[in-house]
Parts: sequence; structure tokens; C-alpha cells
Amino acid sequence: MSTENLVDMLRTHPFVEGCRPEHIEKLASMAARVQFEKNAIIFREGDESSFFYLLFSGSVVLEITGAGRAHRIQTLGKGEELGWSSMTPSMAKKFQARVLEPVTALAFDGARLRRACDEDCAFGYAITQRLLETISSRLQAARMQLLDLYAPAKMGAPGKPGA
Amino acid sequence: MPAIEIDQEQSRLDNMHPLAARVAQVRKDTPDTFTLTLEPEGEEPLPSFLPGQFSMLYVFGVGELPISISGDPQEQGTLVYTVRSVGKTTHALVSLKVGDTVGVRGPFGKPWPLKAARGKDVVVVAGGIGLAPLRPVIYYILRHKADYGRLVLLYGARSPRDLLYQKQLESWARQADVQVLTTVDYGGLSWHGHVGVVTTLFRYIRLQPLHSVAMVCGPEIMMRYVAWEFEARGLPPGDLYVSMERNMKCGIGFCGHCQFGPRFICKDGPIFTYREIGSWLGKYEL
Repeated sequence: MSTENLVDMLRTHPFVEGCRPEHIEKLASMAARVQFEKNAIIFREGDESSFFYLLFSGSVVLEITGAGRAHRIQTLGKGEELGWSSMTPSMAKKFQARVLEPVTALAFDGARLRRACDEDCAFGYAITQRLLETISSRLQAARMQLLDLYAPAKMGAPGKPGA
Repeated sequence: MPAIEIDQEQSRLDNMHPLAARVAQVRKDTPDTFTLTLEPEGEEPLPSFLPGQFSMLYVFGVGELPISISGDPQEQGTLVYTVRSVGKTTHALVSLKVGDTVGVRGPFGKPWPLKAARGKDVVVVAGGIGLAPLRPVIYYILRHKADYGRLVLLYGARSPRDLLYQKQLESWARQADVQVLTTVDYGGLSWHGHVGVVTTLFRYIRLQPLHSVAMVCGPEIMMRYVAWEFEARGLPPGDLYVSMERNMKCGIGFCGHCQFGPRFICKDGPIFTYREIGSWLGKYEL
């Protein structure tokens, strides 16, 4: 896929909304278009996979397994980011990513992207700002999950119509 | 005492007097949630209701509690309630057998704004058992589709087995101009649907903020997060309606148990606009 096409594709992703054109071009120069079939494992827990993905179609679920149990903890789809931990120095994956619906994505080598951020601070800041937004929304969602809001109310808690 | 005051007093007494109803059906929806259908025990018919209203159900010898009506408002003669067994009275309620008698007061409370929503898209957001008070809205809109725009339902539950009305969710999703998206906080490997909190579903809908009305029911913290999502997308707070809950006892604004700021949930609510009560949500003292 030519760089022009990658730029066009990248422009449609919310991650680069508000990015300067030269930053989009720089990001596109590091991108590779990838596809994953249904049930493919994009990475496993403990993998040193260093790729960061922007998803354009399909869906991926993050899973954690152990002691004969498996949990699906988050679904990601079109317009979202996968593998943000590849942008941090310790890159071992904490979850397994399984494809639920065939995926089209742009993949970025995390180490190369980090180097580009180091070399061009304005570019690095633009990418970091966007990653912070991603991490912040994931943290908010994780906190809401931790609250276990739909668990039965404790005895003596205020009554609810329909509860 | 002037006649008008005597009439008001009589009406208040009538509202405190339970009507006897017979359990016609008990259906298990999830491991801890049941749907009860009540029918009149005597000659007196059960009252009609508006979507969003609730009744006070009295399990004789155990206690009385507020339960939202979850049935079809068009169906006369019966009242349907979806109840989660979480305490002594709700456990007694869901343990009733067909033919047992229950006391019913009401319906009480302000309904969902179905008139104000005419001509607009309706976005219904429910969390857990919060789908029960919203089901009458869905029944109503599906019966009067020509009067409304698109119907969008975003529904979050704890796990796949906690999703209410699963067959109905599937049948609603097949209808034209209806979008149904469900999510669970935790899914096993056999669950192929969406996993994540209900707010993560917002990215899959196309909201027309100035042409939509939102109706939200669920745990209060969830409703705050949902309200913030709507605010961020430009929905005016006067077009966002939430169903509130507090410890209701009398159901008619008499006892004060359900006071919320200057309002009584039972009489002035349980449905409020976010504009009315948004600033009080999250106040520990309330």
C-alpha cells in the first residue's frame, strides 16, 4: 500500500483527529496495513510483541486466562487502539488479544514509533497526548468495572423501584 | 373542613389502601431476577399505568416495597413487575406461588416523557435491572413507531447470564429503525458479544443531539457516567431523563423518606430531567 493511501486511511481514524498534516504523514510512513482472521490471536499474555495497532474494522477481545478460567474483559473495535503498552519500555503483554470479527488495522512498530517521538518532540507530544486519552478512557472503564455497579445492593441500602 | 380538602384527604387515604391482587405467573429471568404477573383478585380491576410509574407491593406479614412496572402499558387487566431478590421482602416476593395474594398500591410517580419525545430519536440506556422500568417505553414506542424517530437501546449488565429479557432483546433488534447494543462487564469464552462498561457503546451510535431524547435507568454512578457521555456529545440536559431511587415508603410524598434535595422521588419523580437534578447527583449527603 502506498504512503499516500496510508495517509488517506489514517486520516479517517479518530486517533489522529486534530493532528498536524506532517505528523499524520510521519505516522503513515511507519504504518503497515494488516488483516487478522476470526479467532486469530494477535498477541498472547507475556508476548514481547511490540506492535501498536489502530483498528479500522472488525473487533478484538482482550482475554485473561489462568487456573482453568478465562475472562473476556474488553472488546475493541473500529476507531480504537490496541496494544498501547508497546509504547512503554516494558513491553510484555498483560492480556491476550483474540479476533472476534475479521480485523483490518494499521500496525506500528512500537520501538520505531518511540524513537520517532524522541527525535521530534512536537510529534512525540501529539502522539503522547492521544495515548493519554486512550489510557485515561481505559482507566475510567476499568474503574467502573471495579465498582461492580450491577452487583446486588447491600442490605439496608436505599431501595430501588424494580430492584 | 372545606369539601375540596376532604376530597384531597380521601384521595390520600385511597392511595394508602392496598388493592388485593393474585399472582398469575412467576418467571425466572436470571439467577436472581424474576418477573411476576399480577391479576385482580376480586371484581375491582387493576389500574392502568404509564411507562416509568411504580407500585408499592405488599407481601403480607413481611413488608412493602416500591417496584417499577415492567409490562406493556397497552395490556389491560394485569400488572407485570421484574424483581431482583436482594433482601427479605424481595425474596418473599419472588418466592410467591401462582394464586398467592399481594397488596398493590399505586401506580405512583411521574412517567417517562413519551409526549416530549414525539418526532425525535429515543436513546434508552439501561444498566442491570434498570431495563425493567424502561421496558414499557420500548413496548410503547414499538407500538407507535410512526410517532418517533429511531429507537436506540444501550444495555449493560454484569455478565451474560445477568442480561434481562434476552429473547426480547433479539426480537427488538430485528425491527426496522431499532438499534439494540448490549454489553457485559465480564464475559466468559462462550460470550461473543461486547465486553466493557455501557458507556463504551456510545461510539457505535450516531446521536443527533438536537433531535433526540435520552432515557436512562441504572445504578446512580452509571447514570452519571452516561450523562457525561451525553453532555460531551451535545445533548441538552433538559432532553436527558433519569430514573432516580431512594428509600420510598408511602409513595405519595407524605412520609419524607425519599426526599432528594427539595424533591420527593415518589411524588416529583422518579423520572427527572438531568437539568433538574444533575447538580445533586454524587452528593454523599443526599
